[in-house]
Amino acid sequence: MTDDIRDLVIIGSGPAGYTAAIYAARAGLAPVVVAGSVTAGGALMNTTEVENYPGFIDGIMGPELMESMRKQAERFGAQILSDDAVELALEGPVKTVVTGGGERFEARAVVLAMGSAYRELGLPDEKRLSGHGVSWCATCDGFFFRGQDVVVVGGGDSAVEEATFLTRFAESVTIVHRRDELRASKIMADRAMADPKIRFAWNSEVVAIHGTDKVSGLTLRDTVTGEERELAATGVFVAIGHVPRSELLVGQVDLDPEGYVLAGGPGERGTATSVSGVFASGDLVDRVYRQAITAAGTGCAAALDAQHYLADLVGAAEPPAPTALPDKIEERL
Amino acid sequence: MSTVPVTDQTFQSTVLESELPVLVDFWAPWCGPCLQVAPVLEELSEAYAGRIVIAKLNSDENPQVTAAYGITSIPTLNIFRGGELVKQVVGARPKPFLVSEIESALE
Repeated sequence: MTDDIRDLVIIGSGPAGYTAAIYAARAGLAPVVVAGSVTAGGALMNTTEVENYPGFIDGIMGPELMESMRKQAERFGAQILSDDAVELALEGPVKTVVTGGGERFEARAVVLAMGSAYRELGLPDEKRLSGHGVSWCATCDGFFFRGQDVVVVGGGDSAVEEATFLTRFAESVTIVHRRDELRASKIMADRAMADPKIRFAWNSEVVAIHGTDKVSGLTLRDTVTGEERELAATGVFVAIGHVPRSELLVGQVDLDPEGYVLAGGPGERGTATSVSGVFASGDLVDRVYRQAITAAGTGCAAALDAQHYLADLVGAAEPPAPTALPDKIEERL
Repeated sequence: MSTVPVTDQTFQSTVLESELPVLVDFWAPWCGPCLQVAPVLEELSEAYAGRIVIAKLNSDENPQVTAAYGITSIPTLNIFRGGELVKQVVGARPKPFLVSEIESALE
């Protein structure tokens, strides 16, 4: 039944998903947003102050920004669903999205905006000690490390932001980084370098995390000399970047070797994937910029590309049957 | 029934001495993932009414129980049966995962 086939389903609810929803809803596409059962709002839900999103002179809290985007999308009629996409069938003119709650949506176009997940160190004790000293969320868990010595692994913006945040609670914060300089933006790196509570273990990688019931320390290896040394710590915050959440897309759309969705091939619109009618945006496609504002930007582009695709479908369709015409004329009177 | 609040003072009677199994959600208001998983726990408390109690412990306001169970990440969901800790889930996990964890704890 064609009545059950909607124009657009958006999967994901970070800045990309919600921006796509705002644009698509305003274009009258009545999108359904599969926002995630426990991930709605995306990565910014785990942050505190966002200082670089344009329009907020004094910054804005990440969760507050996402709540505003959600409400803005709802205001224009987007239907936001607190559930996860668990099964996709993207080939062909009608795409199917099945949720964890068993709902099934059919749509002519799909915008993918599932974002990214934390990258893990891949150490045997990392999972075992997760929740027992190993953490992926400084804003959630920093409070539990009051007066303790903690480690942040990583050298990018997230790592430095977490380290700076953790100084509110911890006695000391050691940033363990594989290189001899930070990748983080200058303003954040300068702030961290000037912080008396923050120390640095340069050219160091974590090779083991120790502790029976909870973290007691780690073994670091010098990336230049290969020398190993022990570092005592009760908390390890892992901030070594992200991996695209593209598990569901394997075999459905073209991915690069690291799992990012390939979009905007030659002669294609910028967010078009290898499958006609499927558009991708946000961290799922972005291995370079990974900012809230760039995700919002590609989310917007994906909605516009989907709108363009849907308009072409209508243009290509046969003209309405003559019997439908009188109604239309009456409506116009 | 909906979720029930539990504190350092009421933990013994509400959780450890409960006839029914109890899932305790260690959370705090500043924790984004805690707020994300909260509606799922409300739904589960209705779906499992009479089989398991879902209790919420604010870790900020109740440091004793939080420390006693060595909580260093939130949300952490601890399932108790007969006063014993039988299962622990760290982090905000999707509803089907929580359902299977609850089901296995009820066996």
